[in-house]
Amino acid sequence: MRATFRKAAALLAAGALAAGIAGCAGNGNPAGSPAGSNASAAPTLSGTLTVYAAASLKKTFTGLATRFEASHPGTKVTLNFAGSSDLATQISQGAPADVFASADTKNMAKLSDASLLDGEPTNFATNVLKIAVPPANPASVWSLADLAKPGVKVVVCAPQVPCGAATEKVEKASGTTLKPVSEEASVTDVLGKVTSGEADAGLVYVTDVKTAGSKVKGITFPEASQAVNTYPIATVGPSKNKELARAFIELVIGSEGRKVLADAGFGAP
Amino acid sequence: MNPPLNASQDGGGHGYSGVPRWLYLPAAVGALFVLLPLVAMLAKVNWGQFIPLVTSAASLDALGLSLRTSAASTVLCLVFGVPLAMVLARRPFRGQRLLRAFVLLPLVLPPVVGGIALLYTFGRQGLLGKSLELAGVQIAFSTTAVVLAQAFVALPFLVVSLEGALRSAGNKYEAIAATLGAPPTTVLRRVTLPLVMPGLASGAVLSFARSLGEFGATLTFAGSLQGVTRTLPLEIYLQRESDADAAVALSLLLVAVAVAVVGLSYRKPARQVAA
Repeated sequence: MRATFRKAAALLAAGALAAGIAGCAGNGNPAGSPAGSNASAAPTLSGTLTVYAAASLKKTFTGLATRFEASHPGTKVTLNFAGSSDLATQISQGAPADVFASADTKNMAKLSDASLLDGEPTNFATNVLKIAVPPANPASVWSLADLAKPGVKVVVCAPQVPCGAATEKVEKASGTTLKPVSEEASVTDVLGKVTSGEADAGLVYVTDVKTAGSKVKGITFPEASQAVNTYPIATVGPSKNKELARAFIELVIGSEGRKVLADAGFGAP
Repeated sequence: MNPPLNASQDGGGHGYSGVPRWLYLPAAVGALFVLLPLVAMLAKVNWGQFIPLVTSAASLDALGLSLRTSAASTVLCLVFGVPLAMVLARRPFRGQRLLRAFVLLPLVLPPVVGGIALLYTFGRQGLLGKSLELAGVQIAFSTTAVVLAQAFVALPFLVVSLEGALRSAGNKYEAIAATLGAPPTTVLRRVTLPLVMPGLASGAVLSFARSLGEFGATLTFAGSLQGVTRTLPLEIYLQRESDADAAVALSLLLVAVAVAVVGLSYRKPARQVAA
């Protein structure tokens, strides 16, 4: 018994020692060379960039952030995705954001009215509504007018949120009156009701239909052009990392960003 | 030996208080931790607009719906929770601990998870929902869905309170009543229920309060439509998007209703239990 215990203790000690050495070697390298080479390549671009972006930008901005970090070694992009109005509120309450990308101009205007932006915002994408139905399309919805048919369970966004405001605009412009069974507070909740099969149809953004893949079927309708949502991006005024923020915005509005956004279904501004 | 000892401990307000003085500091911090956010919210209320904000059609619809659905879910909790608590407290059986753990699960589950579970049970494509739809009953997007979501999260509060009350009351009186020839149902009606009435009342109040605050499961499972499924918490969540003043005013209203409900009925049972 005692012998085995000693053997185990010796093994443990040896293991700990080895781990310690490995740890030292591991620590030594990153601290030494890469940091040095960064400094010589791009002396100003380093540090952490905090980007607050609308929830609908999750996929595209996550990809763009990875590209940004790869082309600017030594930088780190932290992303915070939420509803645009939530983000605008957080920033006006002093949240440490460097870049703000909103899903509508209204919430960006809130910040510019409060003098919380550095320079003018740039529009970088547009998004329009699309009808989402379950793959089997149980209520055979093919147009906006079909949504108003009796017995069709339609879910939309509440007028208080951007996608709901767009829905209202489309209804007014086309003279259609929808009788939704639910008015959700976010576009993802609308999509959720459609993918789970609870609703026969929902009004979401083109990009949401694309993200959902085969879980929903998208139906384009001409009246959607009546309500185009514009996405602006800007550097936040109190940011301590304005140079890095501008470099990120350049990436988003440049050709690389345009391609990533177009692939996700966003339109050009 | 035991009963007199208990009585003197609980009933004695005079003499030994049993609270070391140093405990008051962390206790005060704890109280502040709860009270300060409420004070901060009070400070944010736009009093000039308060009355119009809380009496708008949307607000009144939400308040009325919240009160009605919470009352209905409390009734559901009583109908199913009382028997459940009785079985758990009085009849040891195989798998009892497991059953209790599952009944209490909604206490610790995030409500969204409860909503998803309910969706796959009562939703159109759900376990029971499909048969219900064939029978002409549609639960999705209805007020019934709100009540189900509330009952799901509130049931454990009733079961826990009542089971605790049943255990601490013991079954001495019930046994005596039975030896005097009372059938089980009479014992339940004349002895057990009156004995645990304070625990039952506080359990019902807690269930009501929990139903009033239910948000996540309702949002996931029932949807949100004025007068049908949009309860006060959902209305607050939505107003927050566009009108912060309205959200704060409605939050205060909800706090006031909850404090009134809990305060009114919580004092009395506490004293009776101690006595």
